[in-house]
Amino acid sequence: MRKIMITEIEMTPEVLSRHNITAEEYQRIVRVLGRQPNLTELGIFSVMWSEHCSYKSSKVHLKRLPTTGARILQGPGENAGIIDIGGDYAIAFKIESHNHPSFIEPYQGAATGVGGILRDIFTMGARPIAALNSLRFGPLEQSKNRSIMEGVVAGIAGYGNCFGVPTLGGEVVFEESYSGNPLVNAFALGIFKKDQIFYGKASGVGNPVIYVGSKTGRDGIHGATMASAEFDEESESKRPNVQVGDPFLEKLLLEACLEAMKTGAIVGIQDMGAAGLTCSTCEMGGRAGTGIEIDLQYVPQRETGMTPYEIMLSESQERMLLVAEKGREEEVFEVFRKWEIDAVTVGQVTDDGLLRVKDQGQVVAEIPNSALTDEAPLYQRPIRKPVSEFVDASLTKSALPRLACGQVLRKFLSSPNLASREWVYHQYDHMVRTNTVQLPGGDAAVIRIKGTEKALAMSLDGNGRYCRQDPRRGAQIAVAECCRNLVCVGALPLATTNCLNFGNPEKPEIMWQLSEVIDGMAEACRMFETPVTGGNVSLYNETLGEGIYPTPVIGIVGSIEPVTHMTGCWFTGDGQTVALLGGLSEPCDDYRAAVEQAFRETEPELNSLKDAYTRWANRLPCPPLDLPQERRVQQACLKAIQEGLIRAAHDCSDGGLAVALAEMSFSNFHAAGRGARLSLPAADFPAGVLFGEYQSRILVTLEEVHWEALQKIAAGYGVELLRLGTTGGDRLTIQDGSSTLIDEPVAELESIWRHSLGQYFKR
Amino acid sequence: MKYGVLVFPGSNCEHDAYHMVSKVLHLPVEFIWHQSSDLRGCDAIIIPGGFSYGDYLRTGAIARFSPVMEAVKKFAAAGGLVIGICNGFQILLESGLLPGAMLRNKGLKYVCRHVHVRVESVETPFTSLAKHGRVLQIPIGHMEGNYFADDSTLGQLEQKGQVIFRYCTADGQVTDAANPNGSLANIAGICNEQRNVLGMMPHPERASEAVLGCDDGLVVFQSMVSSLELLSVT
Repeated sequence: MRKIMITEIEMTPEVLSRHNITAEEYQRIVRVLGRQPNLTELGIFSVMWSEHCSYKSSKVHLKRLPTTGARILQGPGENAGIIDIGGDYAIAFKIESHNHPSFIEPYQGAATGVGGILRDIFTMGARPIAALNSLRFGPLEQSKNRSIMEGVVAGIAGYGNCFGVPTLGGEVVFEESYSGNPLVNAFALGIFKKDQIFYGKASGVGNPVIYVGSKTGRDGIHGATMASAEFDEESESKRPNVQVGDPFLEKLLLEACLEAMKTGAIVGIQDMGAAGLTCSTCEMGGRAGTGIEIDLQYVPQRETGMTPYEIMLSESQERMLLVAEKGREEEVFEVFRKWEIDAVTVGQVTDDGLLRVKDQGQVVAEIPNSALTDEAPLYQRPIRKPVSEFVDASLTKSALPRLACGQVLRKFLSSPNLASREWVYHQYDHMVRTNTVQLPGGDAAVIRIKGTEKALAMSLDGNGRYCRQDPRRGAQIAVAECCRNLVCVGALPLATTNCLNFGNPEKPEIMWQLSEVIDGMAEACRMFETPVTGGNVSLYNETLGEGIYPTPVIGIVGSIEPVTHMTGCWFTGDGQTVALLGGLSEPCDDYRAAVEQAFRETEPELNSLKDAYTRWANRLPCPPLDLPQERRVQQACLKAIQEGLIRAAHDCSDGGLAVALAEMSFSNFHAAGRGARLSLPAADFPAGVLFGEYQSRILVTLEEVHWEALQKIAAGYGVELLRLGTTGGDRLTIQDGSSTLIDEPVAELESIWRHSLGQYFKR
Repeated sequence: MKYGVLVFPGSNCEHDAYHMVSKVLHLPVEFIWHQSSDLRGCDAIIIPGGFSYGDYLRTGAIARFSPVMEAVKKFAAAGGLVIGICNGFQILLESGLLPGAMLRNKGLKYVCRHVHVRVESVETPFTSLAKHGRVLQIPIGHMEGNYFADDSTLGQLEQKGQVIFRYCTADGQVTDAANPNGSLANIAGICNEQRNVLGMMPHPERASEAVLGCDDGLVVFQSMVSSLELLSVT
């Protein structure tokens, strides 16, 4: 007679609430099991049905994303998305969040975020060859935000550098909105041959289930549930929920797994991330339609007296679960012995579709896999569009402020949101594996693929400020900007991963934001032909009821072939023509009026504010975007690069045209900085033209001899091409008609830009 | 001429060194696992960068006890060429094959960026094809690159010309501003008394191909190739 342990404790509302299980969800559990769950089973449901693991609030909306395409080998649903890049090669890539742990314990929160995404890549059989990250913090004037940022950057560096993957790029953004809720989104990409892909499936009844990696401890228990709830005054006490990482062990695990995969004895493999053993067992069984039975007495443990509840929920890092072909276990064990990593058979694949957990032979939990995965709750949460908070700026008729645009440029370049990020990326090893062909600081990260003529470009672009006013268009802009960055380095955008960071989905206004963002992303991904291969949703980013700006972070990978097409964003020589693809048309009077109003409001505080740019930018509405126009501008740029006409390309985004021009003038790895003499058509309000954050604009430089060819390409795509001037000299000079708008020494602008971020961390 | 690249648990740059020898120099190369006490007839040994043993205890402190390092010591004593890059340099210091020690960078943070080093001596098999005083642009990537030696050791190194590379400005000035990690006397690389063992913190294999932006580091490996060829002829 099979014995199930009777309920150890009473299922009071308090117990359910601590597990984040609602009363309805509890009733559902009872229906599924045909009985009350015991505490271990309740714990298992609580992590698998948490927002972080089940996507219960977002799944109904995520299915509106485009996920198919000729190159897609694996879309959403596995540990990472995979695309075919030709020549027998495939790449696996994904982005994931580790927001809540990074607030509680910045170093380990960020480090284990990196560790988690790396495992998601190599569990598919791909060697990780690039990492990027998108970070968002509160203003650096507050010491708490500085300390979080220092910890996060050190954690990412500490983990990635030791593991041996180059951390090549990403973004860092500062807004008050993220003060209590920093965002740490970690991206990784790996490469493998198309016929070497491994999946997280427990196939083959009777096959052994093998645990490899670190011993299991009590760290991170309920990490998944913590990530699915808001912070309040008691958040400090959640410290034990943050996992602790060991990058050296993960490096050994990587090498051992890749070597073991070569034996051919491995049938399926999955990393143990959120919800550890629980998640990996039921997901592997769920995908294969099989069951998994394990006995916890075999699980390597580094603490004594661990209960089944603790072992199943532990989020100890650097562990994988694999299924081997029966009879070939020894081939796998031999590899793990060489790398001195624990490898133990803990169970086997069954045919009953159940997750059966035993301890010393006694069954302590028994749940159908499908109940934990495919049949987890799905919520169609209420949606309500919030009342718009923006005043119609066109109603204001007062005089335009008189601004010294050179002063504005200097001020803006000193903003942590616009200044150089080298304080951050000099802490990341961005050269290991000798594949980095574009160093951090450019428009996108670029790595070559040895043995081929190919290179891969990657960019992460998120958007909170625009999405909070117009989530749909803001999300379109995030995708557009990401693709724009890729074409500027000469890459064809191929596919998308995304991390959606939002507040509490139980608030209808937040659900509305999520739904709108997904629709905007879907429209843009279709326009740019960059289907979504997977990603992550992070909800409940709120503290004391205050949610973050809705912040989708988009990661797109593109290909450059041959690698010699790779283009930089800096002026490369004197006497070259500077031009603007996309022209200076201002399609939206409302936006222009809003830019003028934002300057009106910011002008009095321009000199007294430490970060005038961010204050000004937060007064702007979401800029207009014409998706077909954006597409044409990008196609024209890429075509011109592929024809060899372009010497440098740089997109206009934050801070507009003037900031983009300044960035092109700065010194870089290849050359000293140099200025340019440029002129714009006369305008009523030059500051609006220079700094307005209009989309679909790409600055290019070229030898004058190629001008006609470029005109022809632009005309062919129906894109305006505006000649601005010529590179040379040591000053950035911009005139309009006969008046000088900006006339600044490049060296001084560069000095402000290069040193501003580091100033906050000087001791 | 065959090159051996050591692999310790935690080595990261062994693939980079292997690629450089195999695909850039077009020479035979193989990996040597840390448990092996046999250098398999290799004529030169490269100890690559990375985080052997996770930098537990002290960087390089555990790797020195590997069986392969015993073999390397014998190989070096017999005059064999050994180059230690970054973590490899740290392992050579802990093994006693080179004098001195590495401290944490003065800024207390990991630093990854291109720097300039000046060739201080061409009287080594690693710099024989360079010119004295030549400035090379080679990247660093380390947390512990702050070289330290006591006064008498430093005196001996300087006196016997064992300082091979110093951090400098783009035009060859050895200044504080050009020192990325606080290293004593701007020391970036040194050799032993017999001049057959070199340790350097910058990564020449990361500056060996034009596609990576710079190939100044190639001269170090080309010097080794040339020296080995000369040795085999004589």
